[in-house]
Amino acid sequence: MNLWGIRNWEAVQPLLVQHLYLSVVPTLIGVVVAIPIGLLLRDRRRARTVAVVLSSAIFTIPSLALFVVLPLLLGTRVLDPINVVVALTLYTVALSVRTTFEALDAVPAATREAATAVGYSSWRRATAVDLPLAIPVLTAGTRVVAVTNVSMVSVGAVIGIGGLGQLFTTGYQRDFPEQILTGLVLILLVAIVFDRIIALVGRAFTPWIRGASLRASERRLRALAQALPEVGRLREVVSGAR
Amino acid sequence: MITFDHVTKRFPDGTVGVDDLSLEIEQGSFTVFVGPSGCGKTTSMRMINRMIDPTEGTITVGGRDISTVRPTELRLGIGYVIQNAGLMPHRTVVDNVATVLVLQGVTKRKARITALEAMERVGLDLRMATRYPAQLSGGQQQRVGVARALAADPPVLLMDEPFSAVDPVVRDDLQREMLRLQSELSKTIVFVTHDIDEAIRLGDRVAVFGTGGVLQQLDTAEAVLTRPANPFVTNLVGRDRGFRSLSFQSATQVPVHDVETLPLAGLGSAPALAPHAWALVVDGDRRPVGWLNATRQALVGERGEAALAPLGSLSTPSRTLRQSLDAVLSSPSERGVVVDDDGALLGVVEANDVLAALSAQRGSTTDDAGVLGATATQDALS
Ligand SMILES: Nc1ncnc2c1ncn2[C@@H]1O[C@H](COP(=O)(O)OP(=O)(O)OP(=O)(O)O)[C@@H](O)[C@H]1O
Ligand SMILES: [Mg+2]
Repeated sequence: MNLWGIRNWEAVQPLLVQHLYLSVVPTLIGVVVAIPIGLLLRDRRRARTVAVVLSSAIFTIPSLALFVVLPLLLGTRVLDPINVVVALTLYTVALSVRTTFEALDAVPAATREAATAVGYSSWRRATAVDLPLAIPVLTAGTRVVAVTNVSMVSVGAVIGIGGLGQLFTTGYQRDFPEQILTGLVLILLVAIVFDRIIALVGRAFTPWIRGASLRASERRLRALAQALPEVGRLREVVSGAR
Repeated sequence: MITFDHVTKRFPDGTVGVDDLSLEIEQGSFTVFVGPSGCGKTTSMRMINRMIDPTEGTITVGGRDISTVRPTELRLGIGYVIQNAGLMPHRTVVDNVATVLVLQGVTKRKARITALEAMERVGLDLRMATRYPAQLSGGQQQRVGVARALAADPPVLLMDEPFSAVDPVVRDDLQREMLRLQSELSKTIVFVTHDIDEAIRLGDRVAVFGTGGVLQQLDTAEAVLTRPANPFVTNLVGRDRGFRSLSFQSATQVPVHDVETLPLAGLGSAPALAPHAWALVVDGDRRPVGWLNATRQALVGERGEAALAPLGSLSTPSRTLRQSLDAVLSSPSERGVVVDDDGALLGVVEANDVLAALSAQRGSTTDDAGVLGATATQDALS
């Protein structure tokens, strides 16, 4: 990081915190709201079309316009950070609903059919089969949304709530490139870290994809044998495998 | 028991998948639906667990009209095995097998214990329990599919071409396993295949479907072969049906002879064989390992066990004529090896005796099947 940012860390740090808050919270809320909508509407053709059209419509609203209009709609103060949170949450939901549809569509039809045929109810299948198998595509989509949000927060600087984006506006007014550079570097770092964290979480929830690690399988086997001591054969197999 | 009463399925696009099907499947029977592609086998089967609802007619399972039963409840009581297994890729093998039990409300712990038992029953190594399906071979996945269907001990099992995507050797294994399981468990099994050989091998009842979803014949496997109901069935079972029907004819009258054996252990120091003689090499448990003649014996010093000629297919004491014929034809010494149920050597059958038994059989069966049987045999021998 450049020197200006370090020397003025006390001024930069609250902006960083605000930036994190303004990008992380809408991403989380947005995804959590979008997934059930996606699950609920994926098989209802008409509703699904409406949802997709609505999402596109929301996404075409310029963010600045949304920041400005929201206080009028919500009755909030113009300088309330909640406006930015709501606006970015809206975008996230819009994007994530479509991602959820795509992620669910990527689940093999044969697997879904087999699940139904062995006795899953439709809701149980949605949560226990469709959703976990949709995680890879959902993760990829969420990474894009998250990074988009990190960069969109800075637009809020124009209305005075933009986290690190404020370094751009003030740096520009004071004709102070070092400050702008600090903002850029920090935003880039936040985006990279956020992106990596989501990727890692996605991986943690999809252990079946992580290659054919037989070592992990053996670890699980030992744990299983320990959890089920009454299955003698399993104990034998485990001790034989060592 | 499962009954179809004037069941028709017309799809929204107008295709008639199944046409006025009436049929009874007895409790504990192994019924195979066989027929060419598109003749409605899968559709018929999937109507039993309400994956498809009929347009007309009634289906009952265990006396209950299934249109009055909630689909999920119905399906939890019917095992289901399909081609490529249809496993849940994100669940370990043990959890896949436990699926139905968990859906029935059994605790996860209990379900897993039962699942491990089911794995053993279908011959799956317990070390596979914590692997994911992608870490198994096709044949192993298929076994997991069978274990999943059996774990909850349902009275009815539906199987749609479960073994058609695995290689012939594994398929043979799985078919044998299926027969063993059925003799132990006596489920009511409905099995779909388009392979007539598989149908005859597995089914005690065979339902032959024709184009347009019309049932052509429902009978014992033997009757379908020897007394086809119409030209369609005749054509389906094909010109090899005489040969196939040998599967139903006992060969216990074919005498079992002694054979010169050599122990595998002292192979290198065995006395030299006469120029045209064959000896059977057996291991410490008297299990046959391979054939040896003078030419091959000369190679033993250099190649060891690899110098042996393959045994050919084995025949068992309760053997059929087809098994005996296979054994004779596939053996390098023209003598078919007979083993007991543990695989230990009983003796050999001679080609001449098997052919004599075939001729005798020809005299005793209906003219039609007998003549076809003889031609097929000559084909096979030439
Ligand atoms: N969902 C569907 N919509 C329209 N037609 C269908 C549908 N499912 C099956 N069919 C038609 O119904 C007929 C019977 O199909 P089915 O799948 O039962 O055949 P099958 O005997 O199982 O054939 P295969 O051996 O190829 O699996 C076929 O002509 C098929 O094209
Ligand atoms: Mg089919």
